[in-house]
Amino acid sequence: MKTIFEPTKGMLPVDTSYCPGCSHGVAHRIIMEVLEERGDLGNTIGVVPIGCSINAHHFMNIDMCESTHGRAPAIASGIRRVQPDKVVFTYQGDGDLASIGAGEIIHAAHRGEKFTTFFINNGIYGMTGGQMAPTTLIGQKATTCVDGRTVEQAGMPLKMCEIISQIDCAVFVERVILNNPANIRKAKAVVKKALEIQDARLGFTFIEFLSACPTNWGLTPKDALHFVENDMAAYYPVKNFKCPEGF
Amino acid sequence: MKKKMFFAGSGGQGALAIGQMIAKAGMEEGNEVTWLPSYGPEMRGGTANCTVIVSDKTISCPLINDADVLVAMNLPSLRKFESMVVPGGIIFINSSLVPETSTRTDVKVIEVPANEKALELGNDRAANIVMLGAILKETGVCKKDTIMHQMEKMFSGRKAKFLPLNVAALELYCK
Amino acid sequence: MSKVLMKGNEAFAEAAIRGGCKCYFGYPITPQNEVPEYMSHELPKAGGAFIQAESELAAINMAYGAAAAGGRVFISTSSPGLALMQEGIGFICSCEVPLVAMNVSRGGPGVGGIQPGQADYFQVTRGGYNGDCRIPVFAPANIQESVDLIYECFDIAEKYRNPVIIFADGMLGQMMEPVELPPKKEIASAEQIAKEKPWAITGTDHHEGRNVVYSLRLQPDVLESHVNHMFEKYAEAEKELVRYKTQKLDDAEIVFVAFGTMSRICAEAIEILEEKGVKAGLIRPISLWPFPKAAFDEIGPKTKVVISTELSMGQMIEDVKMAAAGRWPVKLINRTGGIVPSSIEVAERALKALEEVKA
Repeated sequence: MKTIFEPTKGMLPVDTSYCPGCSHGVAHRIIMEVLEERGDLGNTIGVVPIGCSINAHHFMNIDMCESTHGRAPAIASGIRRVQPDKVVFTYQGDGDLASIGAGEIIHAAHRGEKFTTFFINNGIYGMTGGQMAPTTLIGQKATTCVDGRTVEQAGMPLKMCEIISQIDCAVFVERVILNNPANIRKAKAVVKKALEIQDARLGFTFIEFLSACPTNWGLTPKDALHFVENDMAAYYPVKNFKCPEGF
Repeated sequence: MKKKMFFAGSGGQGALAIGQMIAKAGMEEGNEVTWLPSYGPEMRGGTANCTVIVSDKTISCPLINDADVLVAMNLPSLRKFESMVVPGGIIFINSSLVPETSTRTDVKVIEVPANEKALELGNDRAANIVMLGAILKETGVCKKDTIMHQMEKMFSGRKAKFLPLNVAALELYCK
Repeated sequence: MSKVLMKGNEAFAEAAIRGGCKCYFGYPITPQNEVPEYMSHELPKAGGAFIQAESELAAINMAYGAAAAGGRVFISTSSPGLALMQEGIGFICSCEVPLVAMNVSRGGPGVGGIQPGQADYFQVTRGGYNGDCRIPVFAPANIQESVDLIYECFDIAEKYRNPVIIFADGMLGQMMEPVELPPKKEIASAEQIAKEKPWAITGTDHHEGRNVVYSLRLQPDVLESHVNHMFEKYAEAEKELVRYKTQKLDDAEIVFVAFGTMSRICAEAIEILEEKGVKAGLIRPISLWPFPKAAFDEIGPKTKVVISTELSMGQMIEDVKMAAAGRWPVKLINRTGGIVPSSIEVAERALKALEEVKA
């Protein structure tokens, strides 16, 4: 019999702890597929955040370390100094990256660190039970803004790609959306490109994934994907912000 | 032998530098030494001072309660620190910048017109080295040759042009 | 080997380089700024890497990342900076990653001042991190001892896979003394790291199985057994790492207990007391954790009072009282805020303390 599909060896053969409809599984899979296709699973070091995806190291079949909350970019900077030849990435959620770790991500970009950050933006704190994130949309409900986020109380949602693309040594910045198979395939191509730019050691590379958290949004997985497509993408434009010549 | 020396002046007068040269020379001559600077906002402006101990035995404490030698490069340093000199000790005063003398009568006071003499040699930035020559001659805390070797290393390469001035400044009081 | 005259902070940095340090991460804070300054130009020359971090939070986490990837890492800071690093230090203990950290301490609390202080005794021996862990802490009294300890502590940190703290103060950082520098060790290559640190995250091609450096253990029984494992290491450290020096304990009426800068002032106070006909001695803890309780068994029969002498409001005195275990009255001589007492002041206050216990 001819094998026409196999799960990537980049994912361990275990069930993930993520909720039905959560985008983490998809994001994990496309990153690991790219690493496997590149032949880099044995040559990669990943840093997981505090948040639901702290568990990523139970699923991703590579060497990894946990981080203190928000500091993954500093940790990856340290790893890069000792392991200059490896593929290095951080995988971070929006509370981790855009709130408590805002300083570290800005300065990793500022130094032009030669690693890639995968930023999962689902507009909510998942692990702690659905609190408002810096990226929660105006009007979106969370356990710390039960009537919906207001500008008066919490300001406008933070657009990380727009901020990071202003930093000279961040050379590749792109926002992708994980709402349907076509866009997931596009996202995978973007991951591949970011790692190629990392290979070239041109500077900091950053991908934001617009993602769903049906459980904490109180939506079905299907409705959650509609929210990502209609509401999130309306505020967070899905596009490339910056790309070095030749890529 | 244990010499406790205190060097004081305003930032940029080179009081800390000559303290350091003596400490280094002391070490090179086989003694135990410590060099302890004041640090903090005083570095920028105000008074800059350091304590140097040169001893043939282990130095327990780098802080001093009194000094055998005080080097006052300006008036505030003289007034602030003259009381710490032991009876029979020596106070060196940079008389170019200090119009008064010490109030102490139980110590030896040596007035050195360091800035004037250095200016006569070509540059008053060598005032501290003029003073260093006077200190070496009077105290014998270290040998002139040891300092001379240090200066040859300090003023080499691009800085070599400053060596003759500094040698002349050192030898003014210490032939 | 010939001696060189070096400023404390620069000697600390050079000692780390010679100890095979691969990475240094630091943030400017007085009175340790010469350490990052020196590292910025000397460490790259030696084949290492320097980053001026955006904060102490970033610095400690860069240190963690580099050490988890198998590099020898040295960091330095001063009191408030160490407070910022505490979360990271506890995290690194839990992850069992080696690290050598230097605290060139100053007066507190808060931003406090920049003159020498020892009021970080609790911070270094008890920590500000959460959870159950211990950090070996060594307090050198002179620049040579600092250099020797930094050089050696990489091995201690790697043996126990735990951070080690060197606790100096602003005076030691700023002063100059002759120092004999140890020979330069080579920075470990990627191959050596993979061989010598099989737990490090170096990529699965480079070791057996898959390495994950982690702290999260949600199952209480799993976490408890991990903490128990850490404390088995600490029990061994408590036996192996005790370091102290004593001076004239045999016939001392007064026994000072002092570390670092303060111990040097006590040594001179002992001479002053001797001139006045009072015999005094000194216990100088070099390891603050583990605290050298055994040193107190060397105290002679004539001792009337044990005096904890500190640049703080009295922090080490808690350990001194536990070690004295009621055998002698324990008094405190202290200054704080960055003021260093003179040996004369210490001698006078010691005499007063002696009179008090005799009355």
